[in-house]
Amino acid sequence: MRVNVTVNGEARSADDVWEGESLLYVLRERLGLPGAKNACEQGECGSCTVYLDDVPVCACLVAAGQVQDREVRTVEGLADGETLDPVQEAFVQAGAVQCGFCTPGLVVAAHDLLRRSPSPDDPEIREALAGNLCRCTGYEKILDAVRLAAAKRGA
Amino acid sequence: MSQPVRTPTDLTSAVAGGVGESPQRPDGNLKVRGEFAYSSDLWHEDMIWGATLRSPHPHARITGVDLTEALKVPGVHAVLTHADVPGANACGVEQRDQPVLAVDVVRYQGEPVALVGADHPETARRAMERIVVDYEVLEPVVDAEAAARGECAPLHASGNVVRHVPVRRGDQSATAEVVVTGRYEVGMQDQAFLGPESGLAVPAEDGGVDLYVATQWLHVDQDQVASALGLPLEKVRLALSGVGGAFGGREDLSMQVHACMLALHTRKPVKMVYNREESFYGHVHRHPAVLHYEHGADRDGKLVYVRAKIYLDGGAYASSTAAVVANAATLGIGPYDVDNVTVDCWGVYTNNPPCGAMRGFGAVQAGFAYESQMDRLAGVLGLDPVEVRLRNAVREGSTMPTGQVIDSAAPVAELLELVRDRPLPAATGGELDLRQMPGGVSNTTHGEGVVRGVGYAVGIKNICFSEGHDDYSTARVRLEVVGGEAAALVQTAACEVGQGLVTVVQQIVRTELGVQRVSVLPMDTSIGNAGSSSASRQTYVTGGAVKSACAAVRARVLELYSRQTGTGPAEVGRLGAELRGGKLVSSHDVLADLADVLGGDAVDETAEWRHRPTEPIDPETGQGNAHVQFGFAAHRAVVDVDVELGLVKVVALDCAQDVGRALNPQAVLGQIQGGSAQGLGLAVMEEIRTKDGKVRNPSFTDYLIPTVLDVPPMGVDVLERADPHAPYGLRGVGEPPTISSTPAIVAAIRAATGLPLTRVPVRPEHITGT
Repeated sequence: MRVNVTVNGEARSADDVWEGESLLYVLRERLGLPGAKNACEQGECGSCTVYLDDVPVCACLVAAGQVQDREVRTVEGLADGETLDPVQEAFVQAGAVQCGFCTPGLVVAAHDLLRRSPSPDDPEIREALAGNLCRCTGYEKILDAVRLAAAKRGA
Repeated sequence: MSQPVRTPTDLTSAVAGGVGESPQRPDGNLKVRGEFAYSSDLWHEDMIWGATLRSPHPHARITGVDLTEALKVPGVHAVLTHADVPGANACGVEQRDQPVLAVDVVRYQGEPVALVGADHPETARRAMERIVVDYEVLEPVVDAEAAARGECAPLHASGNVVRHVPVRRGDQSATAEVVVTGRYEVGMQDQAFLGPESGLAVPAEDGGVDLYVATQWLHVDQDQVASALGLPLEKVRLALSGVGGAFGGREDLSMQVHACMLALHTRKPVKMVYNREESFYGHVHRHPAVLHYEHGADRDGKLVYVRAKIYLDGGAYASSTAAVVANAATLGIGPYDVDNVTVDCWGVYTNNPPCGAMRGFGAVQAGFAYESQMDRLAGVLGLDPVEVRLRNAVREGSTMPTGQVIDSAAPVAELLELVRDRPLPAATGGELDLRQMPGGVSNTTHGEGVVRGVGYAVGIKNICFSEGHDDYSTARVRLEVVGGEAAALVQTAACEVGQGLVTVVQQIVRTELGVQRVSVLPMDTSIGNAGSSSASRQTYVTGGAVKSACAAVRARVLELYSRQTGTGPAEVGRLGAELRGGKLVSSHDVLADLADVLGGDAVDETAEWRHRPTEPIDPETGQGNAHVQFGFAAHRAVVDVDVELGLVKVVALDCAQDVGRALNPQAVLGQIQGGSAQGLGLAVMEEIRTKDGKVRNPSFTDYLIPTVLDVPPMGVDVLERADPHAPYGLRGVGEPPTISSTPAIVAAIRAATGLPLTRVPVRPEHITGT
């Protein structure tokens, strides 16, 4: 089947999509956008988090056909050209990135949190990021990054 | 053939930051943008997909394989079996006892049997369903203790004992006034790195293959792949793609040979990516262990003797079991000074999943048992648990059970005092926030039945490879003028797996050569061996190699200066010339601009660097200077336990660790906190559950790793007691925090509940007794 979808503001289409493919597969293997990550492909780790019509979803749990004529925004669509989004900048500065495989999903999840709640307290940050697994950092630096990003956005 | 896309690139950074600072990672921007090229992101316009058919049985004889129907599936390019392995059908990181593809027997559930190459992952899956394998199912060997005693049918020609290491020190029949005994169990932990096993093999025109892959050790992979393909080493070229975590799980081969076989057979680039379930079958795990301990002490709590028998289940193939056994045995009594020691450790073959390297590597299993014993001893004597440890702690100059004298800092007592003296977290109370409660927003308690406990532990880990291993690394450093500015390029084959080695090598070059702009080339096998990114060794060994290459470059620059100015080498030496801030300086003068000295020349030096040698241990007594360095960390854990439901909330997990010298303080904290969190996982969450050799929970739905709600705030005290034998005085950081975290948490749960809790992970039913 053919899938037409707007990705990061651009109209895209993918041909010969097998009906069983996920949005994650289409992004990564057909549209050249491997930023969303394939860590579990069962909706447990959050590494493939993208916005679908402005709502964060696990791209691995969305069937390709479900995105027809809808809007997807991936981690690749967060920066403004060379300028990183404050969340991205904070992740690098705070040391929240080690292997980085969880990072794209966490960046999108944190980005979404700060849109909803510009100055979250720690329990709120933890709750918002609870669907994103990280195996390297123990999360302390990720919490630092979200606090830093909140401060940057507020500045 | 055209080049694949999304392959690794140079990482250039001009961000200031030498040794001791915390500059940003050179790959950080790419990673936050989603543009860093991981091994599962690789792509080639002509590529096909590889897939692996695995055994559903832990132990079976293969009586027939029929590929006919699979080959008929449209879109299938190849279906391969052991008969298609071009070279030696054997691999293994230490012993080559594992077939690339099973021949007539399978020894674990998930063992690779056949390969499919197809135009789409789904096509490959359908073809695999049509491969008919006839199995005669055999009784699996699943009891490691029985295997060690020789009570099971041998799974390999050598028998079922991979290695037995005895350690004998002092009086073997010592007696003591106070004796505590215990039997402990450690469940099978998974590395659960997030980036699945994956890579791309591209057939080359010379008959060889280029393999882009995520691994921990390029050269040991290259050796095994070349041998299995029947190709000379130079025709098997490996390049490191982005690695999504490792923690030991990438020391053994996974898809490396398989993808190359399919690529050479089909003459097409082949991409292989495991999904999470396959990943659980596709790499080795932490050895589950049964540990029997007896500690004898005097009335003051001073240890008189320790006796231990440790059984490590290595599963179907050897992997790194032999080295894990040596660690568990030689570090088996912990960081304590004991004159009389009797330790025996066995690593055995069974039909359970193969086990090998995972962060902590043998020291984790022993650590849970010896620290549980120290608490038991404290309990019997009515001593404070920290106090009993302080009375027995090793220090610099202490002798290990192997006879090895600890010849650099060993501030075990100070680490314990640091965590003990940290302020305790406030009691849960005041306004109810379910998120702070055991059970969380499941709303299982509002504080009723919740008891707080505090526990302590300390651990010891050997740093770098031990037992006489020729442990070295290779680094190339090039210095030249780029755009009017002296800039450096550094190349190694040392795998960046997330730990931040690329940052550290840049810092070392900045410090040694006084330049800001440093580029790190992609890691590949075009340069010499760097050894593995394991054993907390890369900053030590590859850091040492980079420092050494920088010294060679600096010497060449001084030669150039000497020639250009007519200053004799002796005079240059007398000036104490160094490279700083892009200039050649003496102790009080600027001698020259580095860019002027270099002119149009590039100085390019490669160095091989080894740490001081270690010795094998005596096979009868375990005696010998087997280890190059020891690392120590201590933890204090605070937990809230809902004793009615058996739910545990870890409230705080503070750590103190001696790192010798923190080359990058921010990265050091990241290692300590990440390692502590993995220890938390083993304490209360993580276990691969098996039944009759079969894995019951190969998914992140059923194998739980800590989320941000499970991990508490982690305060860290970092000590820097330089080790004079190590580059910059550093001490390996990655593993020690993983060792003491687990027993500290379990000690805290014991303190809260009064239960003995002899097994990790602690599950709710262990607490409720239901």
